[in-house]
Amino acid sequence: MLVHLPVLQVIVPLMAAPLCLILNRSKVVWMFALLSSAIAFFISILLLQQVMTSGTIVYELGGWEAPWGIEYRIDKLNAFLLLIISAISTVVLIAAQTSIEKEIPKDKHALFYILYLLSLTGMLGIVSTGDAFNVFVFLEISSLSAYSLIAMSRERRALWASYQYLIMGTIGATFILIGIGLMYQMTGTLNMEDLSDRLPEVTQTRTVFAAYTFIIVGVCLKLALFPLHLWLPNAYAYAPSIVTAFLAATATKVAVYLLIRFTFSVFGFSFSFTALPLQILFMLLGLLGIFVASTAAIYQTNVKHIFAYSSVAQIGYMIVGFAVSTVTGLTATLLHLFNHALMKGALFLALGAVMYRIGGVQISQFQGLGRQMPLTMAAVVVGGLSLIGVPLTVGFVSKWYLLMALVESDLWPIGILVLVGSLLAVVYVWRIVEIAYFRPALAGEPVKEAPLSFLVPIWLLVLANIYFGIDTRLSVSVAEAAAQSLFQVSALGVSQ
Amino acid sequence: MNLSLSLMLQLCIILPAFATLAIVATGNKPNLREAMTLSFGLALFYCVINLYQAVTTGESVTAFWWELLPGLELSFSVEPLGMLFALIASFLWLVTTVYAIGYMRSHHEKNQTRFYTCFALAISAVMGIAFANNLFTLFIFYEVLTLSTYPLVTHAGTDKAKKGGRTYLGILIGTSIAFFLLAIVITWFVAGTLDFKQGGIFDSNVDKTLAGALLVLFVFGIGKAAMMPFHRWLPAAMVAPTPVSALLHAVAVVKAGVFTILKICVFIFGLDLLAVLPTTQFMLYLAGATVLLSSLVAMRQDNLKARLAYSTVSQLGYVTIGALLATSSGVIASSMHIAMHAFGKITLFFCAGAILVAAHKSKISEMQGLGRQMPYTMAAFFIATLCIIGLPPTGGTWSKWFLLIGTLEAEQLIIMAVLIVSSLLNIAYLLPIPFRAFFPKVSAENEHGIPSSTGNIQIKEAPTASLIAIGVATIGCLVLFIYPNPLYELASAVLEAPKVTYGK
Repeated sequence: MLVHLPVLQVIVPLMAAPLCLILNRSKVVWMFALLSSAIAFFISILLLQQVMTSGTIVYELGGWEAPWGIEYRIDKLNAFLLLIISAISTVVLIAAQTSIEKEIPKDKHALFYILYLLSLTGMLGIVSTGDAFNVFVFLEISSLSAYSLIAMSRERRALWASYQYLIMGTIGATFILIGIGLMYQMTGTLNMEDLSDRLPEVTQTRTVFAAYTFIIVGVCLKLALFPLHLWLPNAYAYAPSIVTAFLAATATKVAVYLLIRFTFSVFGFSFSFTALPLQILFMLLGLLGIFVASTAAIYQTNVKHIFAYSSVAQIGYMIVGFAVSTVTGLTATLLHLFNHALMKGALFLALGAVMYRIGGVQISQFQGLGRQMPLTMAAVVVGGLSLIGVPLTVGFVSKWYLLMALVESDLWPIGILVLVGSLLAVVYVWRIVEIAYFRPALAGEPVKEAPLSFLVPIWLLVLANIYFGIDTRLSVSVAEAAAQSLFQVSALGVSQ
Repeated sequence: MNLSLSLMLQLCIILPAFATLAIVATGNKPNLREAMTLSFGLALFYCVINLYQAVTTGESVTAFWWELLPGLELSFSVEPLGMLFALIASFLWLVTTVYAIGYMRSHHEKNQTRFYTCFALAISAVMGIAFANNLFTLFIFYEVLTLSTYPLVTHAGTDKAKKGGRTYLGILIGTSIAFFLLAIVITWFVAGTLDFKQGGIFDSNVDKTLAGALLVLFVFGIGKAAMMPFHRWLPAAMVAPTPVSALLHAVAVVKAGVFTILKICVFIFGLDLLAVLPTTQFMLYLAGATVLLSSLVAMRQDNLKARLAYSTVSQLGYVTIGALLATSSGVIASSMHIAMHAFGKITLFFCAGAILVAAHKSKISEMQGLGRQMPYTMAAFFIATLCIIGLPPTGGTWSKWFLLIGTLEAEQLIIMAVLIVSSLLNIAYLLPIPFRAFFPKVSAENEHGIPSSTGNIQIKEAPTASLIAIGVATIGCLVLFIYPNPLYELASAVLEAPKVTYGK
């Protein structure tokens, strides 16, 4: 059984999805989806343990040996990502049933869970597989289900947002496919391990260069790197709250994973950073992303929009860490991947609770919520503090490592910029705090605190925000180990 | 190492934190709630006194919590400077609590439970700052202090309070994240450690330009020290209830700022390195400018609390100057001034609050002749004024004395002149207040229709609890003149304290 864990990780939610159709009763489907996600979470813990103790796990699908067959390859990086995705998915699902009662028509509930599980499958698949074409397949599974999930909202604008996302996402996926095709043409293989062996022989060709460029642009579209982020704010703002919480915490992370995987494991560090002026380009785009998106967040009136723009800004931080291109820089990126998932998961779930109680998340509707929904708003405050990077929250840990990386590489002026950027977060977070705590409640029905099914997952994530801000052993050690092994593999690739 | 003392040390931080729970639990029974606050205050003071005795016998007390990031741990130790700060803060917390009971009740403030809760949390953070064993621990508690005092500043919930809170949070969080954190990261990278160490942690061959830039980052980053141009938060914080202004914005928060600067000057840079940095002189002049300018601004304030706030900005400049002089007298003066100013300023704020509660007056121009109505309060105000100016028979004399010696030692004659001019300015903006209260201008009296001094004015003093607190603080000002030895010993031990080692 333990041997099959890598494939079970993907198979469990994949098989669970069609089964939902048979169950069909909303509440039963929910329990079932929750159970399968929890199993996936459990598997990911086992996998991480196994990888940390005994190194990379290679699993050949159907017993076909790579590079002919498809290979699942779980190293420290994947295991870390698998844990993040399945954990967030499980926690978010706890609140799902309550939330969709109000936001999605009853007859579509089963469909919702099917799509949710498929989206989860796709993401887990992208991360586990060691086959470049397989990446594309899973990418489409997760994206297509995400488009439909977003479109499920009662909000009519969600259709348009979903359509926008569909167009941009498809362009991104197509670019990735073109890149993979070009690589296949040059090397005759799709296995990542194999690719990294064979690519160095042909790195001088224009085709490989084009392949890399296509993949980078495609991935950047998917991860919403400024200025390719235009699909994200509306998609997040108009999607059902649960979908937003799930996607915001996981989808862009998977894209960042792909960026790292292709750059370090497939093309190799030295090729990637010499073929394109990635360092300067990403540093610049990352910083611009931080400033432009944070500023945009300040001027939004829909709180979901605020945090959606903030997501774009946070991706900027990850990209800056990536652009430093040192072990510490990459560690910072991976840490922020983990930490940001915790923050945004908590924040968007809390917004879901507000949506559930008052039916909207315009900032003016937050008046007086500090008193009416004290626990939910306290969660927003802690999540916001984490976003700002206050000590004893996870946000501080990522910021610390990012600063360390910048100072280490003598880039401390950029460190100042990064810090100033995080002050913008103070502004948009405090706008919400002031309105929630200082304005008297709107007249009308008194608003009650969110139901327990919301409060439990919200506070699980909030406490995780604090816990992993204090006890950093798990996140830091895994992120560091993953970053180190990526650089080692990359260096080996060069020497061959 | 004495285990029970180590426990005491941790209790200093944990007790006030626990007090918040007790306060919340007893929130709807005001008497019980305030009894809780008081008893936790007493317990804390007991712990601090015990630690003090240990320090005077030369024992080293340390405590280790956990490693937050590899190499960066949350740990605590007791050294004389922190001891001095903790002593003052814990003692004055007790006094302020007594005062607050009287003030908050007769002022009919709302949300008193939140008030006492945040107050206790702030004290917990102050203890963390005082006993921090490294810069990292200090930074964490520094931020906790900022955040826990924000609800106190915005206590009234009005637009003005909200605006004040914005300035407060904006400047304190802004400077601490943009400068302080960056400075810490660079220090960690250059020196490889953040532990406070006698003589500093930098190598002797450290790049002087870089270290100079670090000094600037530190001084500006520690916004709580209210160095110009980052002093605006302090006057803005005056919208808070008076007990908050008294303890936090005259003692705990601002002193945490200058304490941090002092600590960094002595234990991160070390006086030898500090003396040769290219930016020290510049920062010294900036501190001098802060002292003079804020005194000038203070003269123009008619609101009593605003005037006191600018006076605090100016007095904080003294402490910063003492630290930057990089001489032993300077450090002694700074350490002592932290204490002396604390007693003087808290008395002044107590009086300001008492005047507000009893006579409903906040403007200085309205306080003519108030001495007849509130004789005790105004007498206390007078003594505290002497303490701030630095005249006998009050404790303020000593710190000014050492500060002047320090400027002579360091041959900073301009700074010396600044200090002397500033003392004159102090006289000009503080002394007229009690003076006019007792000897009002005759014309003004008639204009305001105040009956002449025929004695038919009733004595209407502040609530008893508040009066007791004022009395204790005033006596403190006087006692410190006659008996400054314990403080002096602690202050002079700052530079002799052995490096605290702690066994892992």
